[in-house]
Amino acid sequence: MLRFFHYLGFGADTWSYQFLLGALTTLEISAGAFTVGLLIGGCVAAVKLHGARWAVRLANGYSTLCRAVPELLLIIILFYAGQSALNDLLASLGFNDEDIGISGFAAAIIVLGLVQGAYASEIIRGAVLAIPRGQIEAAHAFGLSGVTLFRRIILPCVLPYAIGGLANLWMSILKDSALISVVGYNELLSTARQAAGSTKMYFSFFLFTGAIYYCITLASNAAVQRIERRIRRWMPRLA
Amino acid sequence: MSFDWLPHYAPLLLQGLICTVKLLLFAGVLGFAAAVLVGLGRVSRRRWLSQACLAFTSVIRGTPLLVQIFLIYYGLGSVFAGWPAIRHGFLWPYLREGFWYMVIALSISTAGYEGEVIRAALLSVPRGELEAGQAFGLHGWSLLRRIWLPRALLAITPTLAGETVLMLKSTALASTITVIDLLGAANEVRAETYRVYEPLLFVAAGYIVLTLCIERVFRIFERHAARAFRH
Repeated sequence: MLRFFHYLGFGADTWSYQFLLGALTTLEISAGAFTVGLLIGGCVAAVKLHGARWAVRLANGYSTLCRAVPELLLIIILFYAGQSALNDLLASLGFNDEDIGISGFAAAIIVLGLVQGAYASEIIRGAVLAIPRGQIEAAHAFGLSGVTLFRRIILPCVLPYAIGGLANLWMSILKDSALISVVGYNELLSTARQAAGSTKMYFSFFLFTGAIYYCITLASNAAVQRIERRIRRWMPRLA
Repeated sequence: MSFDWLPHYAPLLLQGLICTVKLLLFAGVLGFAAAVLVGLGRVSRRRWLSQACLAFTSVIRGTPLLVQIFLIYYGLGSVFAGWPAIRHGFLWPYLREGFWYMVIALSISTAGYEGEVIRAALLSVPRGELEAGQAFGLHGWSLLRRIWLPRALLAITPTLAGETVLMLKSTALASTITVIDLLGAANEVRAETYRVYEPLLFVAAGYIVLTLCIERVFRIFERHAARAFRH
């Protein structure tokens, strides 16, 4: 037990710095994937609401596929496919092999974003359908359109309905980012595996890692509550 | 893209499919039973019990499943291995295999997620029905078995179907602890044939079929349960 705390201290043979780095990488990947997921989800939701019939069918196929196939499997497929596609693209643009190694981070974000975009699209679609049509017509009557309409009317109307789902999405992205360790990208869980493997203290290090993830979740929960209160400030109080 | 390797590896893939289904069944039953207990604990009037169950669901839902799996497989596994009484005991052949660790990890995770669902369902049963049950002389266990649980569980059958699909997707994580499930079999094919995409796409189709099967089974169950409850 004492040995374990020694490994988390400061010094040459300790793991504290690596864990800090790993936790930061996990947060970066999750934040990036959340952004990508929202962008994809927004586009797919727009297609589902207003697209041509073939496009709607395609969008529904995408979300069905992403919800029926295990995330780990999708991540493995997309990671290899994405990386080889990126490599081909970069090679055809005339870059050499050394430049291509950096794509692991981007690949992780894009892959997680693609997988979670399916869920995001359903959340956004549901929230948009929840606002009464009359609100938008009233805005038209007041002469609002385009970006102003979106920023002043649609966004504040949609957000209270979407925030719960989006908070859940953030939590599941945070947890799914651990899957990236399987394809060898160095984030929090891969750091834990290296630390546990080299010190043979599997139980302590994985318990510690779980505690870090749990702290991130608790902090996220607290942040979500504050954001939620702000977003719902115009809505009538329940009860 | 070619699938000429398929006949040769079909037995392996079939074995993987059976393993995935077994994981789903074992963890589904165990996890559901534990989830009912957790759900009941959450609505308990005893404060220490409801608080303990709340802490359990919060931790389980707040940490990645993969971390839980590693903690149980590598963590507990290494603790067990260093314990001579267990190492030379009769349970060791089971404790060496990743499969049972995966069943335990999945059951615990399911208990956390489904426990919250069952809690909400238990609370959603109208008080009047429970009071009517009491007026008919039902108490404690019989009230729970005859009125409270059936009413609560019937209301959440669609949610449970969704949770089971999520669980199917989670079984794929077994491949990370050397279990040859469907994804594990595909990884083995990949390693031996050097084909990257075909085995993965093939088992992806397998998972989709399994998802459809789960939804079908639950729909049949729902219809039967609804009919039984009407009398």
